[in-house]
Amino acid sequence: MTAVDQTRTGTRTSTRPAADVRPVPFSRLTLFEWRKQLDTRAVRWLFVVIALLTAGVVTVTALVGDGEVSFEMFVSNTSTPLAMLLPVVAILATTAEWSQRTALTTFTLEPRRQRVVGAKVLTAVGSGLAFFAVAVGIAAVAHLAVIAFRDASPDWALGAMTAGMALMIVLWMVQGVAFGLALQSTPAAIVVYLAVPTIVGAITMLVTAWSDVWPWVDLNTSSTPLIMGESMDGTAWAQLATSAAIWVGLPLAVGIWRVQRGEIKTS
Amino acid sequence: MITVEHLTKRYGPVQAVSDVTFTAEPGLVTGFLGPNGAGKSTAMRMMTGLTPPTSGTARVLGKPYAALANPGRRVGVLLDASAQHAGRTGRETLALGALLMGVERRRVDEVLDLVGLTPSEAGRRVRTYSLGMRQRLGLASALLGDPDVLILDEPANGLDPAGIRWMRDLLRDFAQRGGTVLLSSHLLSEIEQVADRLVVIGRGRVVAEGTKDELLRAAGMVVRSLDDVALAAELRRAGVDVEAGAHGGLSVAADAETVARTAVGAGVLVTELRPADSRGLEELFLELTAADAREEVSA
Repeated sequence: MTAVDQTRTGTRTSTRPAADVRPVPFSRLTLFEWRKQLDTRAVRWLFVVIALLTAGVVTVTALVGDGEVSFEMFVSNTSTPLAMLLPVVAILATTAEWSQRTALTTFTLEPRRQRVVGAKVLTAVGSGLAFFAVAVGIAAVAHLAVIAFRDASPDWALGAMTAGMALMIVLWMVQGVAFGLALQSTPAAIVVYLAVPTIVGAITMLVTAWSDVWPWVDLNTSSTPLIMGESMDGTAWAQLATSAAIWVGLPLAVGIWRVQRGEIKTS
Repeated sequence: MITVEHLTKRYGPVQAVSDVTFTAEPGLVTGFLGPNGAGKSTAMRMMTGLTPPTSGTARVLGKPYAALANPGRRVGVLLDASAQHAGRTGRETLALGALLMGVERRRVDEVLDLVGLTPSEAGRRVRTYSLGMRQRLGLASALLGDPDVLILDEPANGLDPAGIRWMRDLLRDFAQRGGTVLLSSHLLSEIEQVADRLVVIGRGRVVAEGTKDELLRAAGMVVRSLDDVALAAELRRAGVDVEAGAHGGLSVAADAETVARTAVGAGVLVTELRPADSRGLEELFLELTAADAREEVSA
C-alpha cells in the first residue's frame, strides 16, 4: 500500500465500466444481516441471560430428583429459555433499523427492499436452528452427566417433542421478525411479543364459552401439544396452521407491506 | 452525474419539493443551499430511492437509484450522520458496509485514515462519538465503496472550522478526479468555498442556480468614488439599480464596464470597483430565500 493509495478518495469514473459492478448477491446480503443480528451489545447480553437460564435449568433438572432424565427431556429443558428469548434477538435485529435508524444505510446499500426482508427472515430462522442445535448439544452433555454421576439409564431417543420444538422455534423466530417489521419500534414489538400471549392466555381461562374457538386463534394453545410431544391429529395441525397464520403470517404480511410501500422513515 | 427533473413531493396539502430541476455534473462540487425545511433532505431522499416522488424523476449515473447494481460501489450516501447504530464500533459499522458492498477489508483502514479517525477512536462505540466524529464516520461509509458520486446531506454540520477545511479539500480532490459531488447546507459560508455550482432552494423550489461567479454577478458590483452621490444619480439616470452599500460605497446591479463608463461620463473619480464579495452573496442568499424561509426573522 503506497501513500498515494492512502490519500486517494477513490474515484475512477472514467476508468471503470459500470459492468464491473455486479448486483449484491443474496448470500452476501444474508451474511450482512446475520452479522448485524449478532454484533450488538444488547444481543450479547441477551445470550448471557439465555446461557445463565439454561445452565440453571439443566443443573436443577440434573440434581433434583432421582436423576433419571432422558436426552429428550433435557432437550426440552435446554431449548425452552432459548425459545422464549431468542425471538427477541430477531425483533432487535429488525427494529434496530428504525430505532437505531440504520434503515437509511441498509436500504441505500440494497434498494431492493424485499430482499432485505428475505435475508432477515432467513437469518432469524438460521439463528433459531443453530442455537437449537447448541441446546441439543448441551442436553447431550447433561444426559451423559446424569448417566455417569447419577447412574441414570441411557435414553437417547429423540422424537416428536424435539421435532415440535424445532418447528416452533422456526415459527417464533419468523414471528419476531414479523412483529419488528410491522411495528418498527423496539419497545412496542417486545411488549406485544411477550405480553399478548400472556393476556390472551388469561382471557382463555376466563372466557370458557370460547374454549372451542381459542385453539384455532391462539398460537400458545395450538402449539402446546406440539412442544409437549403429544400426538397431533389433523385438527391439531389445522389449528396450528390457522393460529400461525394469524400470529405469524398476518404481521409478516403487514410488515412487508409497510417496508415495501412508500418511504423509509426513521424518525 | 445526477439528473433531477421536475421532482415533486407532496405530503397531503404540503408541497415539500416543487418541480425541482437541476443537474450535478461530474468533476464539479454542486452545493445544494437553502434554509432549514426548504426541502433539501426530502429531495436527497428521493434521489437515493428512500422516498418515492409524487412526480418527476431523479437519476444517478443515468438510472433511477433503485436500479443501480450494488449502489454502494457507485454512489456514496450520507443522509444523516446520527443514523448509525449506537451499540456498534465505528470500525464494525464500516466492516459491515464493506461486507455488503464486497470491498476488501483493507479499504476499512484506508477510509478511516482518510477521514482522520484513529484506530482507538474506530474501536469505540458510536454512542460515545461527538457529532463531528459521526460526520467523519458517515463520510468514511460514503467513501468505502470507492464511488463515482457523493450525495451528502449537511456533512459539515458539527465539524469545527479545521474539520470543514479538511472536508473541503477532500471533496475538491474527489471532484478533481472526475467524481460528482452534491452536498447540502443551510449555511452559505460552509459551502461557498467548495462548491463550483450552487442550487439555491427555498420552500421546495429552486430560486437561483449557477456558478458562484454567476450568482455574484447577480449580486452586482461594489463601487467607491470621491462623489458617491453624483455617481449614484448618474447611474440611476442610466437605468441602473443603485443602493447604498452596507459598508459604505454603492452597491450597483451592473457590470464593471457600465459603472466605469458612467463614472467617466459624470467626471467622478472611482477609487474602488469590485464584484460584491461573499458578503454580497450572503445577502443575496438571504434575499432569495427570505420569502421562503420557514422561520421568519422577527423585525
